[in-house]
Amino acid sequence: MDLVAETLGGALVVRAQMARIDAAIAIAFKEQMRALVAGSESRVILDMARVEFLDSSGLGAVVAVMKMLGPDRRLELAALTPAVERVFRLTRMDRVFTLHATAPPAGGSADGGVWPVTTDTADDD
Amino acid sequence: MTIDGQTGRVTPPGAPGSLHRRFNACPDAIRVVLAQAQAWMLACGLSAILRAEAELVLAEVLNNIAEHAYASDCGPVDLRLRRCGDGILCLISDRGSAMPGDDLPKGASPMASTSRIARDDLPEGGFGWHLIRLLARDLRYRRNRDRNRLAFVLDAGNWR
Repeated sequence: MDLVAETLGGALVVRAQMARIDAAIAIAFKEQMRALVAGSESRVILDMARVEFLDSSGLGAVVAVMKMLGPDRRLELAALTPAVERVFRLTRMDRVFTLHATAPPAGGSADGGVWPVTTDTADDD
Repeated sequence: MTIDGQTGRVTPPGAPGSLHRRFNACPDAIRVVLAQAQAWMLACGLSAILRAEAELVLAEVLNNIAEHAYASDCGPVDLRLRRCGDGILCLISDRGSAMPGDDLPKGASPMASTSRIARDDLPEGGFGWHLIRLLARDLRYRRNRDRNRLAFVLDAGNWR
């Protein structure tokens, strides 16, 4: 399992290094994300630029991560590849998450610079 | 290279008109077979959109067999993919438990009930058959003695 976390500005940025989030690793993904977000209270941005395939088990794991953040922290998803973005759209889960076209660059700031500030496409809870 | 006399379709060399795999429905074996199916579809010259659709639908079907028909016991699966017009015909059989009621799940969207769902109530499952129903055409299921037989066509017509 490859998840690399860094703190940028006020955000915990988790960069998924794996090409697939599928049934084979969904549980491990969820548990590793749980460990990463447990020590932080900041917003969480999951950089999915390297993830080329997501199945319904992987989608369920991403939803579970959002729920484990609690009511005051939203899980933001960045740099979805076309096949992954379609899964979110087909299941209408694109309305639930805050989606960013690109991920904050390494060593940059999640709040400013060239990375766009949050465009919140989801309904408020 | 061969040319189909009826359709005029050209099959590149090294790309047989069908793929047949027998394997056990474990997560790692499913990954391997999905990769083999992708390689076969690439060799057939099928579009990236159709390949992406097929990877998702086949993953959902095979994961369901692994988790439900075989209850994670890694039982045997037989997978056949054939060129069919502009798409592929998928034939999948297993010896696991029958579908409940000997019928396919309706695949209603877990998100259909309302446009606003409280975070704690967001669904973490139930997407698999919803995706299969959205993307596969001419779904047929038959329980034949001790086997489940599933057939469907993928032609990217529903991949929006």
